[in-house]
Amino acid sequence: MKLKLKIWRQENREAKGNMISYDVEGISEHMSFLEMLDLLNERLITKGERVIEFDHDCREGICGACGMMINGRAHGPLSGTTTCQLHMRSFKDGETLYIEPFRAAAFPVLRDLKIDRTAFDHVIQSGGYVSASTGQAPESNSILIPHDITEAAFDAAACIGCGACVATCKNSSAALFTSAKISHLVLLPQGKTESADRVIQMVNQMDEEGFGHCSNTDACEVECPQEISTLHIGRMNYEYNKALLLRK
Amino acid sequence: MKQTTLIYKLIMALTGLFLCFFLIIHLLGNLQLLSPPELAREQFNWYSHLLSGNIVIKIISYVLYLSIIAHAVYALIITRVNAKAQGSKYIYDKRSEVSSWNSRNMGILGTIILIFLIIHFKDYWYIYKFGNLPLDADGNKDLYTIVITSFQQAWYVILYELSFIALGFHLLHGFFSAARTLGLYHLRYAQAIRIVGWIYSLAITLGFMLIPIYIYFNLNS
Repeated sequence: MKLKLKIWRQENREAKGNMISYDVEGISEHMSFLEMLDLLNERLITKGERVIEFDHDCREGICGACGMMINGRAHGPLSGTTTCQLHMRSFKDGETLYIEPFRAAAFPVLRDLKIDRTAFDHVIQSGGYVSASTGQAPESNSILIPHDITEAAFDAAACIGCGACVATCKNSSAALFTSAKISHLVLLPQGKTESADRVIQMVNQMDEEGFGHCSNTDACEVECPQEISTLHIGRMNYEYNKALLLRK
Repeated sequence: MKQTTLIYKLIMALTGLFLCFFLIIHLLGNLQLLSPPELAREQFNWYSHLLSGNIVIKIISYVLYLSIIAHAVYALIITRVNAKAQGSKYIYDKRSEVSSWNSRNMGILGTIILIFLIIHFKDYWYIYKFGNLPLDADGNKDLYTIVITSFQQAWYVILYELSFIALGFHLLHGFFSAARTLGLYHLRYAQAIRIVGWIYSLAITLGFMLIPIYIYFNLNS
C-alpha cells in the first residue's frame, strides 16, 4: 500500500505546530496503525530526521496509552477499537490520512501526537478510590456481591482512560471518563460508603482541570474503545444530585 | 456551594422542563383558535382575560419570565466555558459523524427561539398588556382579531413555522438531555424517555405549526 500522511508536528508544549506531509510506500495491509507509524519513523531515522512521537504501550487495546485523531475521528474510523487495534486494511491504497493528537485545553500537546493526560490522574486522585485502613487484604469472599452487580461494575471499570471521549466531545467534557469511575465504585459495597463525597470531589476536580460541560450528544459512547455507556453519565448525575440534597 | 458544570446543567434542565410544561398549557389554550370563528373569538378572548387576572397565573408567569431569562443566560455561560475547554481546533474534523446535528447545535436553535420569543412577546404579550385593544361582545379585549389579522401575512406565517421547526429540534434533544441531567440512568426508563421525548416534541411542534397554517388558509378574509 501507498499512503499520503498529513501528520501534526509540534516541537514542544509551547511551540506552534502544523501538518507535515509524508508519502509512505510499502505498507502492508496487515500492519497495525502504530506499526505503520513505526515504519515511517524507521525511514525518518535513516534520513536523520526527528521521529514522530506518539504514545503507546501494550498494543493490544487494554492500556489506554495510544490515541490519536485519524481522519477526524478518535482512534480512526472503526468503532470499539483503540488506535493500536486499527489495521491498515481499513484504508484504501493511495488514500490521504490526517493524523492529529487528541485536542482539549486540559490535554496539552507535549510533542507531535503525544499529549499530557495528567488531568485524568487528578480526577482519579480527587476521589476515584476506596479508603482502606492498612492491614491485611480482607478475605475476598467475606463480602458477597451478586454476579450481575460485579459485571455492571466491571463494565464501568473497563474504561482504559485513553481520552477519546474528551477528544471527540464538542465541549471537551470528561463526563464519560469521570462517570465510569464513579459508577464502578458506587455499584460495589466497598465503594458505596464514600459515594457522596466522591462524586462531589470528582466533579469539582473535573471542572478545575478545565474540561467542559456534557451536552449529552452521546458522541463519546460511539468513539469509546471500551464502549462505555453514556448511562453512566446519568448515574453520575443521579449520584451528584443525591449528594447535593442528602449529603451531611 | 460551588457552582460546577453539573449545577449549571441542573439549572438548564429544570428551567427547560418548566418551559416544556408551559408549552403544553400554551398549546392547549391556543387550540381554541381552531374552533368555528365566532365561538373561537368568544372563547379565546375569555380565556386570555382569565389568564391575565388570576393570581396563580401571575405567579406562574413570573416563574416563566425568570425561566426564559435563566435558561438563556446560563446557556451563554455554559457556551463560554465550553469554548474555553476546547483548546486548539482540529485541522481535519469529522467528529460530527458520531452525533446528531441538533444535539450539537442547541445554542443556535435556542438563539432562533429567543429571537422568535422577542417578536412573539412584542406582537401579542405587549399589545395585550399595554396596547389599546378593541373589546368583543362580552367586553373582553379582542386578542382573537389581533391573532387572526397577523396570520393573514404569509411572511409572518413562514416566520412562525420556521421557528417552530427550530423549537421541535431543540425539544427533541432538550427533553432527553434534561432527563439525563436529572440523573435518569436506568436503561428501560432511559429508552422510555427517548420515546416520550419524540412524542412530546412531535405533538408540540405539529400542534403549534397547525394553527398559523389553519388561520392563513381557512380564515383569509
